[in-house]
Amino acid sequence: MNPENYVILAAVLFTIGTVGVLVRRNAIVVFMSIELMLNAANLAFVAFARMQGNLDGQVIAFFVMVVAAAEVVVGLAIIVAIYRSRRSASIDEPNLLKY
Amino acid sequence: MIGTGAARMAGEVTDVAPVIQPLAEATGVFSFLWVLIALPLAGAAILLLGGRRTNRWGPYLGVFTVTAAAVYAVVLLIGLMGRSPDDRSVGQTLFEWVFVGGFTAPVAFQLDQLSMVFVLLITIVGALIHIYSLGYMEHDPDRRKFFGFLNLFIASMLLLVLADNYLLLYVGWEGVGLASYLLIGFWQWKPSAAAAAKKAFVMNRIGDVGLSLAIMLIFVTFGTVVFDEVFAVAGEASESTLTWIGLLLLLAAAGKSAQFPLQAWLLDAMEGPTPVSALIHAATMVTAGVYLIVRSNAIYDATVFALTVVLVIGVITMFLGAIIASAKDDIKKSLAGSTMSQIGYMVLAAGLGPVGYVFAIFHLLTHGVFKANLFLGAGSVIHAMNNQQDMRRYGALRAAMMITFLSFAAATLAIMGIPPFSGFWSKDDIIHAAFEVSIVAGIAGMLAAGITGFYMTRMFTMTFLGKARWEDDQHPHESKPVMTIPLIILGIGSVFTGMALLFWGDIVGWLVPVTGLKQTPLPLPTIVYEVITLVLVLAGAAIAYVKYRKDVAVEAPQDVNFLTRAARNSMYDDAINNVLVVQPTYSVTRALVGVDNRGIDGIVNGIAAFVAGSGNRLRRWQTGFARSYALAMVGGAVLVLVVLAVVRLP
Repeated sequence: MNPENYVILAAVLFTIGTVGVLVRRNAIVVFMSIELMLNAANLAFVAFARMQGNLDGQVIAFFVMVVAAAEVVVGLAIIVAIYRSRRSASIDEPNLLKY
Repeated sequence: MIGTGAARMAGEVTDVAPVIQPLAEATGVFSFLWVLIALPLAGAAILLLGGRRTNRWGPYLGVFTVTAAAVYAVVLLIGLMGRSPDDRSVGQTLFEWVFVGGFTAPVAFQLDQLSMVFVLLITIVGALIHIYSLGYMEHDPDRRKFFGFLNLFIASMLLLVLADNYLLLYVGWEGVGLASYLLIGFWQWKPSAAAAAKKAFVMNRIGDVGLSLAIMLIFVTFGTVVFDEVFAVAGEASESTLTWIGLLLLLAAAGKSAQFPLQAWLLDAMEGPTPVSALIHAATMVTAGVYLIVRSNAIYDATVFALTVVLVIGVITMFLGAIIASAKDDIKKSLAGSTMSQIGYMVLAAGLGPVGYVFAIFHLLTHGVFKANLFLGAGSVIHAMNNQQDMRRYGALRAAMMITFLSFAAATLAIMGIPPFSGFWSKDDIIHAAFEVSIVAGIAGMLAAGITGFYMTRMFTMTFLGKARWEDDQHPHESKPVMTIPLIILGIGSVFTGMALLFWGDIVGWLVPVTGLKQTPLPLPTIVYEVITLVLVLAGAAIAYVKYRKDVAVEAPQDVNFLTRAARNSMYDDAINNVLVVQPTYSVTRALVGVDNRGIDGIVNGIAAFVAGSGNRLRRWQTGFARSYALAMVGGAVLVLVVLAVVRLP
């Protein structure tokens, strides 16, 4: 199969993720969209590694997974903490940290 | 030996250059040279640090230290007279004080003929004034402090005249300035005294800047500040350098000796207690400028220009002081004007170069005695009149205060230059010397002598003769013996100092190795000049006697001519200083404050305001909505991509 298709798929997934982050209010959904963007990037890395015949991109993908896992742990913890205090998972409501 | 009149009358030409005498090691009686300064210094330290515990016996300790120093000074004089005339310079090095690179300045003393006469004047007149102060300051609660300051002054002044290098002299110079400040402001609860002290200090500071610049220039030029080493090579420097050194030293001398244009502080300095005026502002400290010029004669001899400026300053001050003295009604201020005038004589004589140095010092010595006498006499009168200083409120004090009257009379005749009183010998020598160099200076000296006759007779007549114009509660009486005995001694001094120094002490021959002497015959016999001077003096005296013998208005008349009005205002010295110096300084200050407020602060505040303002506007972007931040990030990423794409497109 042509590796370019994977790149196109990665771009589509990334775009979906971006739009999801920008338009959705639910923090969980936003979070999932971010995961989608990360995995789109992973897919692009692997595809490019394949195209270049070079393992570097695949190695980076593993790194990204580890970082994403860590980020999920911290992010979910924050979301749960906010939900407990505000009874809402909306991302627009906690907007106190401003000018 | 070189007699003053004899050689000149015989038509001989005298030309003796100063010699740099070998500095003999201080042995025998000289081994304790440092004690001379240490005694009053220890007195000052004990009195000022000892606090109230020393109140009871402190003043007597102060008198003792200075008297002991005076006795030792006489011993030193005898020791010095025992040496040969060209070997009378004794040095004592205590320790190395400053050594930086090639610059060294030891704490070392040099006792030679010039220092010796100063040491005698300072310690003997100082001791008499200390004794007098026991009576004058008897009821002052702070008199322990007073004697401490007086001791400090004596120590500083001795350091000034005994130093063997310019840097150590500077220490003494500042020390006497400090003591003068402390003593002028001794009654600091009087605002006028506090202001006068400050004024004296600030004006002296201007002169001190001249001295410090002169010392720097001397070091740069000669590589040393030690007197003998500088004078040995003084002639080798360029004339312009020497002229600058000479002018800067003159500035220093003008500040310390109240010479034009730095004369304004001396009249206000009379706010201090009268013994202070006698000791510091008449007999000793104000003559330090003359000492500086005469000590630096090797420098002045090589620069005609600086020497001429010295002469001109002396003449100007001589007249300024005399005119002021003629119009002031405050007895101390009148005496202060007279001091200015007499120091003007000395500076004039010093400005004549080798022709006059000796006579400057001669007049300085006789003046030190009779002026101290006049001030102490005035103090005695002020004491008797319940601190009244206005001569228009005196009159007919002769009967009430016979001793004061007699000693004051002796001093008055001395300062007027009536033969054979002491001022006659020294003043006529200055006038003769002035005629040798310049007829104008000579005539100026004669005229000023005439004015001296006027103002001294005026003072004397208003105070002791005529009718009593006392206030109702004044009952003048003679002062106590502790005050009159110094007056009697100084009165005798006023009569005989001149003759004693000239004939018995051979002051001219004594000083010549240090100062040199040039004498040429005058076109007319010296007696002619003496007679003309005497006639002028007597004319001045007669005018004053006729004018002030009868009624003197208790209030000063206001319908007076311009000169009198100016003289009453001290020749408008404050107004002139105000217009020429103070106001321009204020203007510059104001301009600088404006530049600082608007310029410098403007830039700093402007930058801060710009940063704060832009920060205020930028922080509106921080909405707190996570999604708008995300949008901004996406926008930024897209922008970067677009830019990259555009840049890489070709």
